[in-house]
Amino acid sequence: METGRAGGAGTDGTQGDGGTHDGDDGTQGDGGGTCTGAEPVWRALPPGLLRMRRLLLALWTVLLALLAGVLPGLFAGPAWAASALLPCALGGWAWWLLGRNWRSWRYAERADDLLISRGVLWHEETVVPYGRMQLVEVTSGPVQRRFGLAGIQLHTAAAATDAAIPGLVPEEAERLRDRLTELGEARSAGL
Amino acid sequence: MNTPGTTPDAAPEPGAAPLPPDDAVSAPEAAAAPGPAPQTFPGRRLHPFTPFRRAWAPVAVLVGWAGHDPSGAQRQLERLTGSMLLAGLAVLIPAAALYGFLSWWFTRFAVTDSELRIRTGLLFRRTAHIRLERIQAVDVTRPLVARIAGVAKLRIDVVGAAKKDELSFLGEREARALRAELLARAAGFAPDAARTVGEAPAHRLLRVPPRSLALALALTGATWASLLAALVVPPLLWFLTHSLWTVLGVALPLLGGAGARSAGRYVAEYDWTVSDSPDGLRIDHGLLDRTHETVPRGRVQTVRIVEPLLWRRLGWVRVELDVAGSANSVLVPVAPRAVAEEVVARVLPGVTVPAVLSRPPRRAGRVLPVWWRGHGLAVTGTVFAARHGLLRRRLSLVPHAKVQSVRLTRGPWQRLWRLASVHVDSGAGRTVTAGLRDAAEAALLLREQAERSRTGRRRAGSS
Repeated sequence: METGRAGGAGTDGTQGDGGTHDGDDGTQGDGGGTCTGAEPVWRALPPGLLRMRRLLLALWTVLLALLAGVLPGLFAGPAWAASALLPCALGGWAWWLLGRNWRSWRYAERADDLLISRGVLWHEETVVPYGRMQLVEVTSGPVQRRFGLAGIQLHTAAAATDAAIPGLVPEEAERLRDRLTELGEARSAGL
Repeated sequence: MNTPGTTPDAAPEPGAAPLPPDDAVSAPEAAAAPGPAPQTFPGRRLHPFTPFRRAWAPVAVLVGWAGHDPSGAQRQLERLTGSMLLAGLAVLIPAAALYGFLSWWFTRFAVTDSELRIRTGLLFRRTAHIRLERIQAVDVTRPLVARIAGVAKLRIDVVGAAKKDELSFLGEREARALRAELLARAAGFAPDAARTVGEAPAHRLLRVPPRSLALALALTGATWASLLAALVVPPLLWFLTHSLWTVLGVALPLLGGAGARSAGRYVAEYDWTVSDSPDGLRIDHGLLDRTHETVPRGRVQTVRIVEPLLWRRLGWVRVELDVAGSANSVLVPVAPRAVAEEVVARVLPGVTVPAVLSRPPRRAGRVLPVWWRGHGLAVTGTVFAARHGLLRRRLSLVPHAKVQSVRLTRGPWQRLWRLASVHVDSGAGRTVTAGLRDAAEAALLLREQAERSRTGRRRAGSS
């Protein structure tokens, strides 16, 4: 369903050194690694992401419902047009799932690592130390841009690391990218 | 077959002429660039044995073509007469000889102040400039034919390069000297000193006796399974299809696989010797092809101690490892546990293999019946160790300093039983999973592992 993720302007985060936004955001104080016992400050994803996904879902549902309703209705009798209810029901279920999934996404910047937590039924929590980041990538496809969103993806030397945040406000994505790059440089550890 | 009749008329130049420092900024790694004119590239040629070895390439192409289409090749062969065969050979042999000679003639290498330069190619020229301080390891291999001829192949392992650069072939003594020089230069010796410093001293840690290797292979299930398959499947197929080509097409790969798993492994792992030297762990092995590898210390990402079912009585284990940017995967093919652990302690400095592992809670049996007993986890000050497998136990070790990211996953069924898995991703693309832990314990483990890998890196970085 998310057609807007691929492509877009990939930005090589290793170049960004400017833009030091240290002031307002709720960072956990840079006073070293003593604050890990405290609960991290979680941030949720912007509602625009949910809106985009639900709109795409609605579009596809309407399309499928039309197909499922009109074709049997024409060829097999008007009673068969009721089969359009199935895509509608599935769409409604997916509507609810999308909301649940969107609420489960959250991330937190700690003093030394980034936490990403997601999923309800299949829950997954990822911790990526800043020093291990090889590349921070900000992507936004045409649909994402239309909704004022940008995705961010972190790469480490391990291919299994799947730390990505699918939708953020572009300013936030850029701020995160700059901050991650900056912290990554400061704490770089290589392989 | 026959060897090409050409003998190279120019002897290799003795010793590399000192080069002027490179004016251009050279690429950090092996960079393919249009080389300078042939006259301006001083350096040594490879051993004059090389053209004879290289001359096989056109023959190999012909054989490959014949193997690709056997029936067509057979028809062509039937049409051939004696005179045509002679004429073909008369064309083929000089062509092979010319190819071998030219490829040898146009390959040169030189060691400069900062780089190893290798230039190859007649039509498509490739010049590799390898910075000496980036050389991670230099492996010497001696295939059977090369051993008879007294030459060796040098493979140079560079960080970040996908494929290893090779110098094949060099005289055996020359290869040894060049290897010692390259490693000494990579370790930071001055150019003049590097030539005289010689090979770094090594002392032997372990040697696998042929008897234990044979016994270990005989006690491996995979060996017997492949042999059994090779013996059972072809008669069965014959009974079913009565088609000779089908049976041959299945039987040959099966027999090949069985041979590779038993005799092939024995030949490759024969006389396996591990020794310790300042530039890493050295591994020498092979009955026919002798291989000499170096595992650089500090680049090992994960180590696995594998314990097949039938070896357990004897207390033997096999040690495998993952090195970033290297294909070497076996450290010790078979050894008693205590000896293997000593070798592991050498390859991961400061690490002791944990003896006691904690099992998952009993209710893990609801998620993974029977097999849950094979799971285990131990975290020490230096490593994250997780075991899995019931019959064939595998204990994977990741030093905290090598952890790239930590993940916690929990499916719906695991959630019902308050269980979760913790995955630790390491640099060589390997993930070590501590499965079926108690959910609260896993959450704590995730937090603590992130903290530990951070401090582990700090410590590794400062020391």
